[in-house]
Amino acid sequence: MSLLEMKDISKSFTGVNVLHDVHFKLEKGSVHALMGENGAGKSTLMKILAGVTKSDKGSISINGKDVEINSPTDSQNLGIAMIHQELSPIPGMTVAENIYFGREPGKGGFVDYRTLYRQTEELLNRLHINNISPKERLQNLQVADQQLVEIAKAISFNAEIIIMDEPTSAITDKEVDNLFIIIDNLRKEGKGIIYISHKMDEVFRISDEITVLRDGAYVDSWQAKDINNEILIKNMVGRELSDIYPKVHVPIGEKVLEVRKLTLQNKFSDINFDVRKGEILGIAGLVGAGRTEVMQALFGLSPADEGEIIFEGKKLNPKEPVEAIKNGLAFVTEDRKGEGLVPYMSVGNNITLASMKDFEKNYLIDMKSEDEVIQKQISSLRIRTQGKEQLVSSLSGGNQQKVVLAKWLIKKPKLLILDEPTRGIDVGAKSEIYKIMCDFVAQGNSIIMISSEMPEVMGMADRIIVLSNRKLGGELKREDFVQENIMRLAVSKM
Amino acid sequence: MENIKNYRKMTAGQFLEKFATLIGLFLVILIFALLKPRFLDVNNVFNLLRQASINGLLALGMTFVVLTGGIDLSVGSILGASGIFAALVAQNHSIPWFVAVLVGLGVGFLLGSLNGIVISWLKVPAFVATLGMLSVARGITYLASNAQPVPGLSDGFLKIGGGNVGIIPIPVIILAVVFIICSILIYKAKYGRYIFGVGGNAKAARLSGINVKKIKWSAYMIAGVLAGLAGVVLTSRVSSGLAMAGQNYETDAIAAVVMGGTSLAGGRGRLWGTLVGVLIIAALNNGLDMMAVSSYWQLIIKGLIIIAAVMMDSLNSSND
Repeated sequence: MSLLEMKDISKSFTGVNVLHDVHFKLEKGSVHALMGENGAGKSTLMKILAGVTKSDKGSISINGKDVEINSPTDSQNLGIAMIHQELSPIPGMTVAENIYFGREPGKGGFVDYRTLYRQTEELLNRLHINNISPKERLQNLQVADQQLVEIAKAISFNAEIIIMDEPTSAITDKEVDNLFIIIDNLRKEGKGIIYISHKMDEVFRISDEITVLRDGAYVDSWQAKDINNEILIKNMVGRELSDIYPKVHVPIGEKVLEVRKLTLQNKFSDINFDVRKGEILGIAGLVGAGRTEVMQALFGLSPADEGEIIFEGKKLNPKEPVEAIKNGLAFVTEDRKGEGLVPYMSVGNNITLASMKDFEKNYLIDMKSEDEVIQKQISSLRIRTQGKEQLVSSLSGGNQQKVVLAKWLIKKPKLLILDEPTRGIDVGAKSEIYKIMCDFVAQGNSIIMISSEMPEVMGMADRIIVLSNRKLGGELKREDFVQENIMRLAVSKM
Repeated sequence: MENIKNYRKMTAGQFLEKFATLIGLFLVILIFALLKPRFLDVNNVFNLLRQASINGLLALGMTFVVLTGGIDLSVGSILGASGIFAALVAQNHSIPWFVAVLVGLGVGFLLGSLNGIVISWLKVPAFVATLGMLSVARGITYLASNAQPVPGLSDGFLKIGGGNVGIIPIPVIILAVVFIICSILIYKAKYGRYIFGVGGNAKAARLSGINVKKIKWSAYMIAGVLAGLAGVVLTSRVSSGLAMAGQNYETDAIAAVVMGGTSLAGGRGRLWGTLVGVLIIAALNNGLDMMAVSSYWQLIIKGLIIIAAVMMDSLNSSND
């Protein structure tokens, strides 16, 4: 008898079939990965389980008993807890207050803080989370630790079934190790865990079983040990992906960018590196190593105190992004929704937002030439949209990222900085973004790419520099790319 | 292909969301026209439009500010200050009328710019900065006028608010011209994109090389200049500078913007919606007056209609 069994689940939204006769089975004391491209129906299936939406058809049983899930409360009462991809902590409250929000111990409207903190302490100990104090405010915690708090919260409801949606999208490898220890403990306690992730290596590391959905339909389920990467990807995308990383070797030219002794108080110090024409420079390191901060300094978002940036032979120390942009730099930040896009603007207006000056004729916008450029970008980057008037917020993650890329590509930058360019994007779209990167450097341009996904950096970069504890940890040539080498450099300055 | 078709065809909900204010305006007009046929007399219509022009100018300026995600509580006070200074100049009949107009606009420009500087560069929240300006500008108005009316304005100046071209009142023409200029700025020039970009996501706008501070400043500047223009028109219409002119006008201006479908969170809205909001408020004032509804009841009815209008809008959009 399975812990959870979902049978013949179907769901359609306004006439569009998002799920069609999907099955899913979860055993006690196991981790079951749910995989598929964005739009495959994973989220909808999990939302049905969490009581956020209702299925049109199908049955759900827990421990062999048929159940009805009509609301999030029903779901909670049945022992189901979901940890969302985007966390929703209350930053000003403590860890304990966040975990027991709305069910604080106490009488007559008063909170019994002593019991609250003791309970939390016990809970964290049970999960072997030792580095977080119950009295710490959430705003003072790293994203990874906030995630652990969410997990602790889920456990505190005595959940038997725990859904984790992309739990590692914002954390580093070391923190992933920590998370996996906790997941392993939960498995030993007999809990069932549904694990949603795009990261193949993690899925194979942690899961016992794997189920793949494609276009809202059930494809197949396997024991994780019985299949490999290639079979999995083939089933997910429904076609052969000859190579996820379509790295094309282009001739490497002269230096475009030289960074010398760049320092910003408390953020990073003495950073030196070069970027050459036609090169993709990968930047690796743990979260908090200062990678994003160095890029922000290059782009004039938070300028460095000391050091030199030399771009195309000229000194460049931008104080505002507009200066960097004028000189031919472009920056695709890691926070696509928060910093890359204007959500209530159309796809077209987002694409041209950074280059409106080029479309000005007699003080007005030349709508015709603007439209031409937009249409060209939509087709050449294969942005899947109903038209340039569609709101950008209604696109999938991968297509949103392409819109951000299009916005910068029409500026014809010489150096493109990409910070976590494929975070939360499905395999198919990832591969397309890699192709766009290759085309870009093939034209004699350069890319700096920050990524926490090691296979991605190793797959795409010509050279990797590793930051460690806000300093330069070292540099690796393509022939020396091995995960262990990168890790060793990443912790070298600790 | 199926998807593309669906996208082009507006659903009933989307249609309602987009045109709710317009339907509201027609309903208000219909009701008053049925109850009081005199409501649709040409004279009354132009009188209504003349009344609407003051709030129209304030509300158009307010739309720029609200689109950037801000708010301007000081437009009524800026109107008062501009009106007084314009009147002080227009009292001297040897000075041409347009000098008085320029002085009024200049005062609006200065005070509006000051708002923008305090908000953009000194980082004071818009609500607080303009709340302060509401008080400061009113104080300046009382000081400049010694709290006395400023009468005896030159004939040329008086034409601005009281004159007609053919049968069309000059204030209505002014509002129409300003509306056209604003529409071009918002929909045809890159400035409009920047306004929407800054209001929709200031961080993304900055990263795209847009000078966010300057754009925000410019919105308050425009609101100030249009409040100055409204001050000139109002002073001319009532034939003297009054220190308390424009008191509480910010509420009707904000109400018109919000009823017109512009989101107070910024980044979303439409300029013609504001104009429709202005007309609804003017029609209510005019129609209820005509039906001899007590002004206390008028306040209550107006308030409820504003809340209902925005409620429809937000209930509609939360359906998505």
